[in-house]
Amino acid sequence: MTAPLLCLQGLTKAYPGVIANNNVSFDIGKGQVHALLGENGAGKSTLVKMIYGLVKPDSGSMLLNGVPYAPSEPRAARADGIAMVFQHFSLFDALNVAENIALGMENPPKMGDLAKRIRDVSETYGLPLDPYRRVGDLSAGERQRVEIIRCLLQDPRLLIMDEPTSVLTPQEVNILFETLRKLRSEGTAILYISHKLEEIRALCDHATVLRLGENVGECIPAETSARDMAELMVGTGLKTPERSGRALGDVALDISGLSVPAPSEFGTGLKNLHLTVRKGEVLGVGGVAGNGQDELLAVLSGEVRSASDAVKLHGKPIGNLGPTDRRRLGVLSAPEERLGHAAAPDMSLTENAMLTGSVRENLVRRGFLKWRQAQAFAERIIEDFDVRTPGPGNAARSLSGGNLQKFVIGREILQRPEVLVVNQPTWGVDASAAAAIRQAMLDLAADGAAVICISQDLDELMEISDRFAALNEGRLSTPQDTAELTIEEIGLMMGGAHGMEVAHV
Amino acid sequence: MIVLEKRPQPSRMWTLLTPVLAVLSTMVFGGLLFALLGKNPVEAIRTIFYEPLFGEFAFYYRPQLLVKGAPLVLIAIGLSLGFKAGIWNIGAEGQYIMGAIVGAGVGLAFYPLDSIIVFPLMVIGGAFGGWAWAMVPALLKVRFGTNEILVSLMLVYVAEQLLASMSLGLLKNPEGFGFPGSRNLTEYASATSWINQDVGMHWGVVFAFIAVIFAYVLLNRHMLGFHIRLTGEAPRAARFAGVRPTRLILFCLGTSGALAGLAGLFEVSGPGGQITIDFNIGYGFTAIIVAFLGRLHPLGILLAGGLMALTYIGGEIAQSQLGLPAAAIQVFQGMLLFFLLALDLLTNYRVRLRAREVA
Repeated sequence: MTAPLLCLQGLTKAYPGVIANNNVSFDIGKGQVHALLGENGAGKSTLVKMIYGLVKPDSGSMLLNGVPYAPSEPRAARADGIAMVFQHFSLFDALNVAENIALGMENPPKMGDLAKRIRDVSETYGLPLDPYRRVGDLSAGERQRVEIIRCLLQDPRLLIMDEPTSVLTPQEVNILFETLRKLRSEGTAILYISHKLEEIRALCDHATVLRLGENVGECIPAETSARDMAELMVGTGLKTPERSGRALGDVALDISGLSVPAPSEFGTGLKNLHLTVRKGEVLGVGGVAGNGQDELLAVLSGEVRSASDAVKLHGKPIGNLGPTDRRRLGVLSAPEERLGHAAAPDMSLTENAMLTGSVRENLVRRGFLKWRQAQAFAERIIEDFDVRTPGPGNAARSLSGGNLQKFVIGREILQRPEVLVVNQPTWGVDASAAAAIRQAMLDLAADGAAVICISQDLDELMEISDRFAALNEGRLSTPQDTAELTIEEIGLMMGGAHGMEVAHV
Repeated sequence: MIVLEKRPQPSRMWTLLTPVLAVLSTMVFGGLLFALLGKNPVEAIRTIFYEPLFGEFAFYYRPQLLVKGAPLVLIAIGLSLGFKAGIWNIGAEGQYIMGAIVGAGVGLAFYPLDSIIVFPLMVIGGAFGGWAWAMVPALLKVRFGTNEILVSLMLVYVAEQLLASMSLGLLKNPEGFGFPGSRNLTEYASATSWINQDVGMHWGVVFAFIAVIFAYVLLNRHMLGFHIRLTGEAPRAARFAGVRPTRLILFCLGTSGALAGLAGLFEVSGPGGQITIDFNIGYGFTAIIVAFLGRLHPLGILLAGGLMALTYIGGEIAQSQLGLPAAAIQVFQGMLLFFLLALDLLTNYRVRLRAREVA
């Protein structure tokens, strides 16, 4: 290998109470796709933020082409040929593609010239994109292309990509990988952040594994098994969830002809949904983010009401009931957004246990709150779900993402739901916590509850669900047995081709 | 370089300590202000804080503390419920006026009947007047999504016009020689809120203490109070928990209106005595400061109401004895709020000194 493009030497960054990066050193070669691998919270984001000039290291140094490199801000990093595609896009919905790209440039050329350059780059790298389309109308995959093209227009030497595939369908992932391989062949180095091992094995030349902020090993992904990499990442042997054989019971939840208007101009309405979930069954709902997942959860939790017989529990209409009445009947849910939706950030865990537990756990008598019982309930969640916290008096926001997620899911499961609806149950959760959460959902189903798991993690859905359906622009494909589905079929369902049959009208 | 670091959770110690620090900082910087005005700062601070409580004429000022503090606390308690939930009733002054008008109206309607039912009916009338006035922004907000800040504030000026009209017309004292203003309710034994005028005790003081206890129990022990706090902390989580925003808006605005109305009624039938054109003197606005000074906590509001009353009375003494301009006293009161809000940062952030990094 020739001299490396970027050398990281002993980078350290501490935040109050946590060392995000501890003495991390590694090299990124020219024209290399370098994977940065680690669980959520392992320090990947902090590390790339230092490279991109968003965060200053407490100590340590970097060399770019052998020259000391210490960007004071992202603009300096870009000037040195380092570009980054963030996990969350920073685009204006109301502007078109070219306008969005011009906004991020130091000296934007004329709109016509820019549009031409965008077309050139998009054709060269196989990323079809019309510069005059409004960003609000683009899919998540197309938005990502805007961000990538924005970076490519700067001719970067190093392109950093933060979890780029989390919003893509399998087909879109393939297109992205083609583009990245082409960039590599032209000598551009790519720092690819992910925790999806198969992707890394397919794409990357070299991998650095971070755990708890430290570099715990390097490997050649193509020559290392996914399991070995996972164990390097987690530090211990991994336990995969077990599915015991379950007998499916009667239909628990029945949704028919459910339509809900979009909550805002750029939100997604639900259009004529049909689905049933039986006792003991796990139904997986996949789909690219922003296709109606939040709305589906809201309409099942009771935050958004619908026609009363569009949603039925054991044959009884519940569509017009609010959250409290649904909880009384045993329909419980856990939204995606942990802080601010599933839990109140500044309130204690006891108070957050009261938040959804008051009805089923009998924490209220004639309007008065039984705090002692609420605290006992919170303690039981902490105990049963291995939530790492000093105690139930701590604020929800003081917990790490994974621990709070365990608390939120545990809070619902311990209330013995008849139907449990979860959205992104393991988003931003480390692998061992994710495995525990999935196991808990499977155990719940084994005990006879119906579970609907909305997720963007296809591996997760394949692992736990009996049947699979995909949301696309607010429409739900016909649920099919997971065991019989191929990844191509799933991709088609997510992209909106509704199986072999014509969509319900 | 000074660096602010966010604490993992709010510090309990600093929550209690910041009001004390804020008062001390106000004393230091207020003293500086008075010194620049050519007054003896120690003397001025002593006059404001010490004189009303323990000075030579304390026997006269101490009752004043109750008289000034009671309406502030009563109104601020009501406002704090809404403020906690992110519902901003800025028009307590108007609700205070309407409570006084309706309550006094009820009392005057019975004049000169001597009966124990007169005052209770006036209390109900006062609460109703304030409640009804607050229902206007509440219903408009619920039905049409109007901004309750603007509507409630504008209604203050409507109420002031009504007050003037009442003093000159409907409620004017028929034996008042043509002067504007109603009969004096303190001279109508069945209708006065005074319990013992010598010590400043009237029914408003009693109700203020009851309101503090009621709010404390509501917020800490009752589902409704929990929902109020939850809505303020995380509106989406509140909806997830099953809170109906509409009911909360009606309850919070209604309750704060009713309490402001009660304050108005107790004032007009006691310390104020009669409905006059300039009956209202800004308790409804000052109560907003009191609510925040007391950190929207019932016990905090009780203390803040006392402190605010103290600076009012002390300020007046300082004006008359030391010749301090009224504006200086207002700046002094403003400083108190400023320091409280500024030092509030310390509950959520830690201040660290760090050597400047070499770039």
